[in-house]
Amino acid sequence: MSEKITLLKPENPVGIVGYGSYVPRYRLPASEISRIWTDGMGGLPIEEKSVAGPDEDVTTMSIEAARNSLKRAGISPQDIRAVWVGSESHPYAVKPTSTIVAEAIGAVPSTQAADWEFACKAGTEAMVAAMGLVGSGMARYALAIGMDIAQGRPGDPLEYTAAAGGAAFLIGPGEEALAIIEASYSFVTDTPDFWRRAYQKYPEHGHRFTGEPSYFKHITEAGQAMMDATDTKPEDYAYCVFHQPNTKFPQRVGKMLGFNAEQIKTGLLVPKIGNTYSGSAIIGLTAILDEAKLGDNILMVSYGSGAGSDAMVLSVTDNISGKSEKATTTQQYIERRTEIDYATYARLRGKLVKK
Amino acid sequence: MDIPRHWRLRKQRYGLVGEVCEHCDSKVFPPRDICPDCGEEAKTLFSFSGKGEVYSHSTVYDAPKGFDESTPYTIAMVKLEEGPLVTAQLTDLQEKEVKIGMPVEMVTRKLREAGDERSMIVYGYKFRPVMSH
Repeated sequence: MSEKITLLKPENPVGIVGYGSYVPRYRLPASEISRIWTDGMGGLPIEEKSVAGPDEDVTTMSIEAARNSLKRAGISPQDIRAVWVGSESHPYAVKPTSTIVAEAIGAVPSTQAADWEFACKAGTEAMVAAMGLVGSGMARYALAIGMDIAQGRPGDPLEYTAAAGGAAFLIGPGEEALAIIEASYSFVTDTPDFWRRAYQKYPEHGHRFTGEPSYFKHITEAGQAMMDATDTKPEDYAYCVFHQPNTKFPQRVGKMLGFNAEQIKTGLLVPKIGNTYSGSAIIGLTAILDEAKLGDNILMVSYGSGAGSDAMVLSVTDNISGKSEKATTTQQYIERRTEIDYATYARLRGKLVKK
Repeated sequence: MDIPRHWRLRKQRYGLVGEVCEHCDSKVFPPRDICPDCGEEAKTLFSFSGKGEVYSHSTVYDAPKGFDESTPYTIAMVKLEEGPLVTAQLTDLQEKEVKIGMPVEMVTRKLREAGDERSMIVYGYKFRPVMSH
């Protein structure tokens, strides 16, 4: 597994020149869902999840995250050559989210624009593609976004965690980067742990099958192969961040790979905002970048059902200084919270059928 | 079908893009190609900062068709930092009591669906209480 050839490593150094996140302001406590469906019995996978407002969708949330990434990068949107949005809740079945985002941030018309889909790893998939576009010299900047308003069937275990939020990354040349992306490695198999068929409103999942053969297998394989290929060990990293479907999974997978609680905690946002699907691992990365400093190494491993993991190794440069305060930080979004009850949640998310 | 109208207005609606008068430096919104201050031609595009304050406001309980899903909601006249007064919905308010002079910032949100769930989604500017950073 350690052959260097398996890594995706760009010809020219590339990195993150700007990043931005978004979390809507509403929070639904897990205890409130439990009150409705289980009479308050049973364990809770998180404390509370973020819920989008009635006028928000993946497009509007992507626009705000993209604007934050532009504030931190300080570049002209006209210099962006690709706007790629990864999500499993694009507002339209046919019509790109990315053209609306590109128009709103002023990146049109000389740009690629497309929507990506790979369950919860569509965002990192867009980042890897952006690395290729920039690293080959085809483009100076590419914008990769992962954003979701996750769907969970009322009463389903997923309802506790299916949340809203995500992040945007402006990928650019290494010399301008606040964090160099040294390489990426993807581990992909056909594993049917979670899906949503066409025209269905809510996804189906394989219950316990979503654990060992799916989440844990793909993340540990991708993470370990990345560390082997880059000749690094867990202690070489200041931070690590994984896809976060609940509080336990990322902590356990971190331990399996040899990381400690200190390395995991900064990027572990799921207890406070829930699982933001395509945004899950990468919004954790934004919380890390908000506090990282020169010389810090970061390991990120996403996971998308169906199934696959993208592992990335990042090293923070001195361009990081002063970047976090140029836009709203991820923790500021998390602290801005309005608690709602199940009835308000049902109204906000269109779960009340009127016709 | 209002597709051409929504399409024509997309730049000003998504990003608060107006115009600046080359003659007297007045900022113009919505764009109208003629400076309302000096009467000269004003066609240079100008992106507003999105910062402003509430000039006046009112809450709508009985909404026109297409907006009835989101009642009650608050609309405001917002005095932009650069001068012009725009009318828009306020959003993300919750416990925040709206006051004249309250600082607000522009966000791009869903305005409505132009018809039913089969129709195009119309996006545009709203304002929310300023977030600190």
